[in-house]
Amino acid sequence: MSNTNLADAINRSQHRGVLSWITSQQTFWVFIAAVLACLALTLLTDTFATERNLFNVTRNFAFVGIVALGMTAVIASGGIDLSVGSTVVISAMTIGIVMAEGYPFWVGFIAAMGASLLVGVANGVLIAYARMPPFVVTLGMLSVARSLAMVLSNNRMVYQFGPDHNLLLWLGGGSTFGLPHPLIILIILAVITAFAFKWLRWGQHLFAIGGNEQAAILTGIPVKAVKVSVYMFSAAMAGITGVLEVGWLGGVTTNLGQAMELTVIAAAVIGGANLAGGSGTAFGAIVGALLIEVIRNSLILLGISTFWQGTFVGSFIVIAVAFDRFRQARGGD
Amino acid sequence: MSALELHNISKNFGAIQALNDVSLSIEPGEVYGLMGDNGAGKSTLVKVIAGNFPPSAGEVFISGQKVEFHKPIDAQRAGIEVVYQDLAICDNLSAASNVFLGREPIRQFGPLKVVDYAFMRKRTGELFSRLKSETRPRDLVRRMSGGQRQAVAIARALLTEARIVLMDEPTAAISVRQVAEVLNLIRQLRDHGIAVVLISHRMPDVFEVADKVAVLRRGRLVAAKKASDTSPEEVTGLITGAIEAV
Repeated sequence: MSNTNLADAINRSQHRGVLSWITSQQTFWVFIAAVLACLALTLLTDTFATERNLFNVTRNFAFVGIVALGMTAVIASGGIDLSVGSTVVISAMTIGIVMAEGYPFWVGFIAAMGASLLVGVANGVLIAYARMPPFVVTLGMLSVARSLAMVLSNNRMVYQFGPDHNLLLWLGGGSTFGLPHPLIILIILAVITAFAFKWLRWGQHLFAIGGNEQAAILTGIPVKAVKVSVYMFSAAMAGITGVLEVGWLGGVTTNLGQAMELTVIAAAVIGGANLAGGSGTAFGAIVGALLIEVIRNSLILLGISTFWQGTFVGSFIVIAVAFDRFRQARGGD
Repeated sequence: MSALELHNISKNFGAIQALNDVSLSIEPGEVYGLMGDNGAGKSTLVKVIAGNFPPSAGEVFISGQKVEFHKPIDAQRAGIEVVYQDLAICDNLSAASNVFLGREPIRQFGPLKVVDYAFMRKRTGELFSRLKSETRPRDLVRRMSGGQRQAVAIARALLTEARIVLMDEPTAAISVRQVAEVLNLIRQLRDHGIAVVLISHRMPDVFEVADKVAVLRRGRLVAAKKASDTSPEEVTGLITGAIEAV
């Protein structure tokens, strides 16, 4: 009897209360920061809390958020994907051109996802099987994929999308129950991603690979196959974003998604993904994307030059990583 | 019947003879200390047993059955588990996830296969209590002591119902208190009828738990005898070559 009481006591001291668990999470503090920023903007400007502005913010943030879900998976597995911005444009250009040729939406969608997944497969195979560093492979792909989009379109703008023109614009630019479609899709994909991370073997394995790749190999996890699938997942998220962005913008040019990788990596890292691998959450990716978009929007609303945006996004990555380092140095937790 | 028998095992890498005609037999529930200087062939022998590479000559028998391993997974299926020096565990996962790593149980919901965490935690808890370890299944390995990490690695071996556990320098990099913990874990394995091969440089640890001691020198087995029939002094002499062979 006294024995079980002792075990209970040990358990309780180890698994602290829900409140202290929440406050120990980086995601929680980033979320608080985002909420505070929103409140401050509502008070400081009369433009932030307008329906029009919020509609724009949520949609912009949804695009970064969706790609950040994929990026979180890649970073958690110990890799990095610099080619996401170029994958977005390849997907957007593919669906644009296919639909402009008169094919229905679903044909264009399948073609766009096929093109994106090919990018993911190429990245994954070179990284997992040819054992090349993810940084180098995806940096090369960043250049190759965007160049292919230019070749594909002859660097023209595509803005006529055949018979399903309106469907595409509705999908990316419309809203249901007052929620922009990209936001709805972000929420659905985030739930799926969170579920996969926690409850599928795939999730367990990708976090194991990010934690200790050698151990993952020794325990018989199909490390190479999982790695390829992780880069395909990231490419698929970028592909979906590409399709949605065409619909939102109503046209596609080859500079779509340029420099997006940096914003996305910042979102993932601010949301708690560790660049050394082994940690990251779907909710964190969304909260990170939200904070970045709110800050970006606030710079515009407060009349600060857009030239400053890069400074903020870049500093955020460095600060988030520094934060992580401090925490590790302080107590390994 | 012997848990593991090696018959005239030799292994050469080109002109280098790493193992030369090594024969050894290990009984169930026996702790065998395998000693030798650096480069004596200890790790080569372990890698042959663990299926990392096949011997150049000789045969391996497990419970009287002749076996041939081409990959580590073959050895694992035959009941051999290796506890690596660096433990091969993931710091960012819980103890239960580590114990079941690569063999997670699943529950099927229609087309969906979901990891069965409840079962993993329950089973891991049972294994830890069998090992009389205070490790908790939910805890992250990152927050564990060296001894608890060993318990996680050893629980993996128990999970697969291993009959032979190879331990590579389990006490090399941990504190004195944790060494005692690990030696206790080894005794627990032995009491469950598992044959343990303990590779170590630390003479006192080997003599504390080993039933038998084998000494390798330059790829040859120079001694294999009961721990009670020898002494640390004699083993040291055998390792260095001051004593030729017994």
